[in-house]
Parts: sequence; structure tokens; C-alpha cells
Amino acid sequence: MKITLNGVPRDLNGPTVQQALTEIGLGQAKVATALNGDFLPAGIRTTTTLKDGDALEVVAPMQGG
Amino acid sequence: MPQFYGTHVESPLMLGTAQYPSPAIMAEAFRASGAGIATVSLRREGGQGQDFHALIKGLGVPVLPNTAGCHSVREAVTTAQMARELFDTPWIKLEVIRDDDTLCPDVIALVEAAKILADDGFQVFPYCTEDLSVCGRLLDAGCEVLMPWGAPIGSGRGLNNPYGLRSLRAHFPDVPLVVDAGIGLPSHAAQAMELGFDAVLLNTAVAKAGDPVAMARAMALAIEAGQLAHAANPIEARDMAAPSTPLFGMAVLG
Repeated sequence: MKITLNGVPRDLNGPTVQQALTEIGLGQAKVATALNGDFLPAGIRTTTTLKDGDALEVVAPMQGG
Repeated sequence: MPQFYGTHVESPLMLGTAQYPSPAIMAEAFRASGAGIATVSLRREGGQGQDFHALIKGLGVPVLPNTAGCHSVREAVTTAQMARELFDTPWIKLEVIRDDDTLCPDVIALVEAAKILADDGFQVFPYCTEDLSVCGRLLDAGCEVLMPWGAPIGSGRGLNNPYGLRSLRAHFPDVPLVVDAGIGLPSHAAQAMELGFDAVLLNTAVAKAGDPVAMARAMALAIEAGQLAHAANPIEARDMAAPSTPLFGMAVLG
């Protein structure tokens, strides 16, 4: 399916968010996710399916002030 | 030492983790200063986040994630929710920015976001202005700490409005107050503590100094000095001189 991943158009198989994360090499990574602007808790990534046009944000700890 | 939401913090210096020449220098700056809290952010994972997370955990200090860069209530709330899961903490340094030139907080959106987050169990550290009304609204919203700016983030201008900060201290004597942003020199940090603030949050002044480790130490010493001075009840400034050497007993020589 065609989604936007961190602002970049991507064609991923999915269909779940967790499978999409595994597909991009972040299946085990310490990341947080938001789907279409709403927080998506880690616990429901395996039961949340993606569809065409979805916007998935995947963030990680970073330097900050 | 400051206490935030019932948590005792080891030092009144809260230090950011951005803009250092290297991760090793950042870690050394934390060690040299004994900073009590490390601020961090969330950004799109580009491959560096995992190493950074390990580095932060190695600092051994509580982590305060921020919502830096957020311009709307929705962005800030979603970022806070992601931060809570990622860092396993209810603490959030809430930033909602209105103007990109000054990074001035959007205080209206800030109060709205603070209410949503406090109601959801977050312990909110709002980056705000020193406006008494805004600060009162933030307390009404459920905040138990206030973090007014000294000057715009990264400007190094020090305390732009010492009167306003002193007024805030007097107005809310029991609320933990932190000067967040604008510190450039140790003397600025000392001034904040002399005003009776509980802590100082800074980043750029240390990270962008020629020697960040030495500057981190200088900030820690200045903060300690300011804190001691405040507790020592400083004298009032006056317009006219008052001789400190006694006049009694002075020889008549002319």
C-alpha cells in the first residue's frame, strides 16, 4: 500500500503497523508512532492495519534543549 | 534542591543535550556540572535514535522530554503522548511556539495543551512567558511548576525582565519556578537563583561554548553561588553611598 512514512512516500506491504516497522528495519527499535496525527500506542501496532494514503510517523529519542 | 511533582532532583541545573561537538563531550559536561535533569526531544528515526537513547540512559539523571518545534495543541499533545511511551515518564516539557523569530510561546495554546495533558496524567513543565495571568492559568490547568523564559531560546541575552521574574517569584512563593532559555553566561544563571528561582534550564550556553565542559562546570558553580546568596538574604540596593569603614576613631589630620 502507498503510505507516507515520516514525510516520504513509501510502498509497503504491511498490512499492520508492526509489520511495516519490521519491513523498514525498525521492528525491534525503541520508537514511538503516530498515525494520521494521532498517537498510536506500541501495544496496538500489531492490530492496527494501514491503508492507502495513511501518514505514519516513527520517532525516536533525539537531542533536545 | 528542587522538587518537581514530588520528585527530588539532585541539582538545580537542568541541562539540554543538543548541539554539543560530540556525544562524549556532552556526557562529560553532565559529569562536570552534576546537572540534575537532562532534556531530550523526539525526532523522526533516521538511524541515530537508538544509540542516543543508550547514551542518555548512561547519564543516570532523570529525563525531561520536550515538545520543541510544536506549533499547535494537537502536535504538542501527540508528541507528549509519544514521549511518555518512549521515555517511560509522565514528565513533559511543554513547548507550543507561536513565532519562529523569537520562539515566543503561544501562551493561549500552551494553556489548552497543558490542561489536556494534566487531565491525562502528565506532569507538565510549561515553557512560558513571565506573564502573571498566563502563569496563573497554567496552574489552574494543573501545572505544578512554571518555566518562564529569561530571553528567547538560544539568544544568550540573560534575564530580559528581572522585574517580571521577581514579581512572579513573589506572586507564587510555593510553586517551583525555573528560568528556561536565554541564559548565556554564568552570571545570568546566578541572577536567576538570586531572585529565588528553584532551577535554571539551559543548553546552548554550554553546548556552543568553546569549552562546553568548563562552561558546564562554571554554570553549576554560578547556580550554587546564586542559591547560597538568595538564602543569605542579600542587602537592598540604595542610591547613595554608605561608608563601610567606621568614621568613629578616625584621626584628625588636616
